[in-house]
Amino acid sequence: MSHGPCDKCEELLQGYLDRELSATEVVEAEAHLDGCDYCRRRYKFESNLRMYVRTSAVERMPPGLMEKLGQLRGDAA
Amino acid sequence: MGEVAPENEARRLAAQARDRIRFEEEALELADQVYRVARRLVRSREEAEDLVQETYARAFRSWQSYTPGTNLRAWLLRILTNLNIDRGRRQQRAPELTPLEEGDYFLANKMAEAAGEQALDQERVVERLSQNAVVDALSALPHDFRDVVVLVDIGEFSYADAAQILDIPIGTVMSRLHRGRRLLKQSLAEEAVA
Repeated sequence: MSHGPCDKCEELLQGYLDRELSATEVVEAEAHLDGCDYCRRRYKFESNLRMYVRTSAVERMPPGLMEKLGQLRGDAA
Repeated sequence: MGEVAPENEARRLAAQARDRIRFEEEALELADQVYRVARRLVRSREEAEDLVQETYARAFRSWQSYTPGTNLRAWLLRILTNLNIDRGRRQQRAPELTPLEEGDYFLANKMAEAAGEQALDQERVVERLSQNAVVDALSALPHDFRDVVVLVDIGEFSYADAAQILDIPIGTVMSRLHRGRRLLKQSLAEEAVA
């Protein structure tokens, strides 16, 4: 489970991909990624996975719903 | 009362009507995005449709409590998640807090074990996981985790927006997101390396 030196990087992974790290942490994460093939592959994988989850989960609004919502408007009553 | 000139009152009402119409139009433009999030928060399309309609009915009634210039999509989602919680969702089973401390690399490691390191470089994610598996894994998440994962990963809200929408501290957003994603990866791993 544990990969010693990469634990820190694993910890930064989510925040890095969410763009929620501080500037210092971004530098830290990127410096590590530059030198670590293992983590780079996993970051890339994770980022592909996120995109895949997003596209798989998207379902467009059913036809007719927009019209029903329009009927709820104040002046439509 | 008698001091308000009728023409001023008429002007005020006309301005208010314009503001309301503008609000309604802006809100309707976001309907597809609101629906996308709603759809993943509940189990069926019908439920999602009902929830979105209730949300808009409430939003149109209380449009004056929206502050123009602030994030309207987040405002609508806040109404929606509150309605969803009020719908008796609380009766659902409590999240199972079994110890699960598989790391964030869990799914990647499982797939690398099964098909080699280089499998991660290619678009194997897509090959090995069906879209249905993703949808099922999302809906199987305990609701507290699902709310956060759906808002951030599907709705693309920031941690801060998600915290505001759900009325929870940002630290809670982060821990639920973290745990929710790990749970998600765990169930995806079951399919990916089956």
